[in-house]
Amino acid sequence: MNDLHTNNHVPVIDILGITKTYDMGKLKLDVLKGISLQIQRGEIVSIMGPSGSGKSTLMNILGALDQPTTGAYNLDGEDIAKLSQVELARIRNRKIGFVFQSFNLLKRTSAQRQVELPLIYAGSRDRAKKARAALEAVGLEDRLDHLPSELSGGQQQRVAIARAIVGDPSIILADEPTGNLDSKSGTEVMQIFQRLNREQGITTVFVTHDPWIARHTQRVIMIRDGQIVADQPVAEPLVAGEAERPSEAEELQGIFEAAYAPSEAGAAD
Amino acid sequence: MNVFENLRIALDNLLLNRLRALLTILGIVIGVAAVTSLISLGRGVESYVASQFEGLGADILTIRASPPRRGFNRLAIKPLTTENVTALASGVVAPSVRAVTAEYQVQATVVYGYDSLSSSIRGVSANYAAANDWYPLEGGFFTEQDNTAQAQIALLGSSTVEDLFGSASYDPTGLTILINNLPFTVVGVMEEKSSTFGQDPNSAILVPLLTAQSKLGNARVAGAGYSVSTIQAQLVEDADVDRATDEIEAYLLAEHGITDSTQADFSISNPETISEARTEVFTTLTLFLSAIAAISLLVGGIGVMNIMLVSVSERTREIGLRKAVGARSRDILSQFMIEAIMLSLLGGAGGVLLALGITTIAGQALLSGVTPSLSPDVLLLATGVCSAIGILFGLYPANRAARMQPIQALRFE
Repeated sequence: MNDLHTNNHVPVIDILGITKTYDMGKLKLDVLKGISLQIQRGEIVSIMGPSGSGKSTLMNILGALDQPTTGAYNLDGEDIAKLSQVELARIRNRKIGFVFQSFNLLKRTSAQRQVELPLIYAGSRDRAKKARAALEAVGLEDRLDHLPSELSGGQQQRVAIARAIVGDPSIILADEPTGNLDSKSGTEVMQIFQRLNREQGITTVFVTHDPWIARHTQRVIMIRDGQIVADQPVAEPLVAGEAERPSEAEELQGIFEAAYAPSEAGAAD
Repeated sequence: MNVFENLRIALDNLLLNRLRALLTILGIVIGVAAVTSLISLGRGVESYVASQFEGLGADILTIRASPPRRGFNRLAIKPLTTENVTALASGVVAPSVRAVTAEYQVQATVVYGYDSLSSSIRGVSANYAAANDWYPLEGGFFTEQDNTAQAQIALLGSSTVEDLFGSASYDPTGLTILINNLPFTVVGVMEEKSSTFGQDPNSAILVPLLTAQSKLGNARVAGAGYSVSTIQAQLVEDADVDRATDEIEAYLLAEHGITDSTQADFSISNPETISEARTEVFTTLTLFLSAIAAISLLVGGIGVMNIMLVSVSERTREIGLRKAVGARSRDILSQFMIEAIMLSLLGGAGGVLLALGITTIAGQALLSGVTPSLSPDVLLLATGVCSAIGILFGLYPANRAARMQPIQALRFE
């Protein structure tokens, strides 16, 4: 690893004034309107925002799946805003690990081979060994030969996490990683993310609209209408599995109180 | 990302969709099988024809009366005569000729008891048996005495025996048959002879030459003896076939008073030229049939393209994922190209196996004596054509897969 990697003062992600405009013929759609953002090595961050806020577009740019219209993006010391498709593929392969809401595992392919996939495109050696180590890190060392159909949802997502970390990336981007899971499996998956962050210092960025997930991270970035509206540390990040998620009734109650309790005058309007 | 990985991915995917892969390659299997077996059978027949003519020997020239290609009145054709035979046999007019046999054919009705058949009677000279290496099963061939005496005797081919007496194993020696109401004594049965293309020697009825000329036909030619249908000239050892042909041609042109050799009213051929002409016809026919069969290869190729398009669209999310974890467009392109090529090569292999079966069965059951040859160059051709089909029809789907944007592909439901 180079010096940059060990220098904690240089951010892993450093974006400056990024915009993204979709040209739909007559209509020009400004999805991102100038976003600047730094994420430090070892941080665990969530990006939140309602549908249409531009958070998916931001994630695509962060993940080198898409490129900004204007602005600079420095990922782990490399300016990637203007790279070619082939170079972007290399960046995705070496520096980014994706975890998707719907797992995106290959059909009828063993867990070990799923995890080997990024290594195949990287052309690295000792693929089997590295894949087994990654699966061990997510607690699936006894499921190497299992097919997705033989694994629970939580286990499938853990295979996906192993796939994301196997290439030793600079960041992990997780897009609603618990969205397709029941709360028990969701908690397990969050525990793994937190443990990997704590023990191996893996920089992790969640894209979510679930506040409960966001409360498990150190910092929340709120996006609305293509701009950052808030960027704050979480006062007391939750440790996955230690706090009980409030029941749906309690959450609803909370919403009602937030909407009606503070101003009775407003309600009379 | 190496070829081996792509081969493994392609193989995995084909195994996941076995039935679909099988149905897809069916078109190619049939196409390759049709083309391969046609070419193999064609070649088998070619070499069979060649071997048949080889048996006849290249040192025999056959002379027939035949109208010139154009510009000559058919009726003015002068026949070949016994006088020509004598002159050619003398060795003076054509030094390359060693011996000459003559044959006179006449159509006649043959009767035995209540059975009758219409047949071509072949009057042949006494040296015919030796010249053609074809002898009676028992006893001798006609002699010169039989000829001059215009003896009413006949030798029968094995098929004729079966037609006339009901069984090929019947021995009719000594019986009397009627040819054009004249009694002929059967003096023997000829050996069975493998058939040359066009005519079955076993259906022959042989009689002495002069008997046929004077008693069965009206072959007398004023001032020149009798007419003959064909003259076979055997050449001296190591004779130059072209030179012998020229000698005979010059003699007959002079005899017939023709100065322009394109107006010759006779033809001189040897087995080799006949064999070549027939082989050529057959080769053309084989190629034509193969071309028709190749259309099914085209259909098979379209089938491959179709299923590859389905496969690409089904695996859109997989393509998106592969790109997200670092696959370049060319990795995706080669993945799908290899799958298409593998599909069509499997089809080709299946086709070759099927062709092996077809040619073996056809060789044994349909055409006795014909050995189809499935030679390496045909196999190479099949492999090449199938790879080409895979590349040609795989390119479009593979390119479509390679150009997918990872974001859209990942979002695809």
